[in-house]
Amino acid sequence: MALAAGVDVGSTQTKAVVIDERCAIVGRSLTDTGANVIRAAEQAFQEALQNGDLREEEVEYVVGTGYGRYKVTFGNTQVTEISCHARGAVQMFPSTRTVVDMGGQDTKAIRVSADGEIVDFCMNDKCAAGTGRFLGAASTALDIPLDQLGPTARRGERPVKISTTCTVFAESEVLSWLGKGKKIEDILLGVHQSIASRSVGLLRRVGVEDEVTFTGGVARNVAMVDALNERLEHRVNVSEESHFMGALGAALFALDHILTSRVPAGTGGS
Amino acid sequence: MTVNVDHDTIVGRGNRDGAQLFRDWFADLTAAAHAQRGGAYVFVMGSLTELLRTFDFPIVFPEINSLQTAVRRIAHEYLGEAEDFGYSPDICGYVKADVATQLRGGDHPMGQIPKPTLAVLTNACNTYIKWAEIWERMYEIPIVTIDVPGSRAAGQASDTGSFESDRRYVQHQIEELIPVCERVSGIGFDIDRLRESMQHANVMSRSWKRLLDLNANRPSVFNALSDGTIYLGVANGFRGTAAGARYFAELVDEMEYKAEHGIGTLTEELYRLIFVGVPCYPIFRRFTELFTEWGGTFVNSTYLWFASGGSNVGFEYDLDRPLESLAEGLLVGVRDAMDSMFFQSELLVSMADDFHADGIVYHPIKSCRTVSTGLADTRRHVMKERPVPSLFIESDMMDRRVVSEAQLKNRVDAFFEGLAARKTRAAVTAD
Repeated sequence: MALAAGVDVGSTQTKAVVIDERCAIVGRSLTDTGANVIRAAEQAFQEALQNGDLREEEVEYVVGTGYGRYKVTFGNTQVTEISCHARGAVQMFPSTRTVVDMGGQDTKAIRVSADGEIVDFCMNDKCAAGTGRFLGAASTALDIPLDQLGPTARRGERPVKISTTCTVFAESEVLSWLGKGKKIEDILLGVHQSIASRSVGLLRRVGVEDEVTFTGGVARNVAMVDALNERLEHRVNVSEESHFMGALGAALFALDHILTSRVPAGTGGS
Repeated sequence: MTVNVDHDTIVGRGNRDGAQLFRDWFADLTAAAHAQRGGAYVFVMGSLTELLRTFDFPIVFPEINSLQTAVRRIAHEYLGEAEDFGYSPDICGYVKADVATQLRGGDHPMGQIPKPTLAVLTNACNTYIKWAEIWERMYEIPIVTIDVPGSRAAGQASDTGSFESDRRYVQHQIEELIPVCERVSGIGFDIDRLRESMQHANVMSRSWKRLLDLNANRPSVFNALSDGTIYLGVANGFRGTAAGARYFAELVDEMEYKAEHGIGTLTEELYRLIFVGVPCYPIFRRFTELFTEWGGTFVNSTYLWFASGGSNVGFEYDLDRPLESLAEGLLVGVRDAMDSMFFQSELLVSMADDFHADGIVYHPIKSCRTVSTGLADTRRHVMKERPVPSLFIESDMMDRRVVSEAQLKNRVDAFFEGLAARKTRAAVTAD
């Protein structure tokens, strides 16, 4: 059975997924992208193989995605993360009509048709407001690990109003709330609500249609899931694999290539 | 149609000759500047060059000067100088590049720009009015604004009941302009010279319309974004001249030849696109390549409509009644140019049908609210009317600080991935 792989080189983290012909994930990995993008892609791919106890020769086709997709030098082709996140989301939740992908430096809103075709998409422009980077700034200012931001924010009861959406100014605004004696959990709840508000704005530009699937690294943040649910007034789909959705989509495109390029048995031989 | 033409001579002639005419134009402007002659400053929507040429003014299009600084990748120097002089980063980039050109005494990458001695403008763009006031303050020159009544509502263009009164209103203003031109130039008005200039303009208008129509051909005969912008420059800079009329007659010959022989702009034309807005001049060539690399070509553009001052209508003057007809042409052209910006929804639906568009690319820009404000609504309307996919990408016509090639490419690539998937699905369904 042939294997297909997708490598999603994001601004902060690189993800790799290997799938089999039944579209089941058989290997995955996650690594920080860092300054050497080529090495990050190679490392993620090798670690995904190790994770699934797989051999490189078994992987017939590799698709690179994400901002660093052209740095997946061992890949066979590239597909944008917009297409990949949509594909991954529809695979995981077939009734998906809207996808919100929140990554390290950008947030995407994607609307898909019933047959999985991308109808429309939009992304934050020129500025990292409303993206994972905003959470990173809050994490730095409050000296709380990224994975603790969500659980901490969930304890908030009286969220502060974050007036800036600028990631550069986020840190100083967080500090100013601390100076006013606000609780850390209330500040963090305010930060999450601010980001959710910005993301829902993007979603409304493409048109929110149920079901909404939340992908990207920030989807692991429980408080962000809550904030999106509250703003959208219904529950968004979140999967254990949300962080890997772009890489999964890339792997699915790779599998498409493998399956369509096979010559049906009994044809052409002479 | 020219017969027995040599393929290598005719194909590509429009781009070659257009570039040469451009160089000639700026050489003439440089000579005029060196001779201390003042120019008539005009704008692309309602330039009235047919009339102004009869007073021997060197014709200066500040919009074209400004975009040339971006195409030549030095706009940031000009924008920075204007901002240092106190102009906000949010002001139209064309205005700021021109202000810097004036502050530099006319120094421009293509030569020397004469100072203005007169400015003639219309209300087609609100910035025109504030822009001309800058020259008025700088040089104490007369500025004449022709107030052209626009369409009262979408779909109610120039043939409504108010047309004749609007035409008379415009004619009266032109009659007020003429003595100003006489006083500034020291040359008396010569109606026969006007007729001659209008005759050349007729050839150009007729050709412009024919040119646009020819691109409905499959494969399309020119790229409306890259090639079209060259033709547009000549259409504006040489309007009302023998050289301009000759150029366009030959350009139509070239495009008819290409249509007849199935010669397109790409090896394989996979996607026919419409461009809405103003080009991204800071990365002009690369911007087009983002689309052509996928086999996409622009078959039409609203830019070729409004930035030609409405020449797409193909209006031809009645030379037996020159002043009346000049007013009529100005009204029809400027009104259509404004409609191409403000009432474009239905125009785009028709354009998508007539040119068999596979996609529409909307390009709102930071510098220009006039052309950008309504694009989101237009897009929504067209999406509702026709199942033609569209792409909405934002950058600028002048300011490279808000042009991110990586972000643009990401969106363009995703757009084409969608078009490709759609094409594959359609092929499978057809089988």
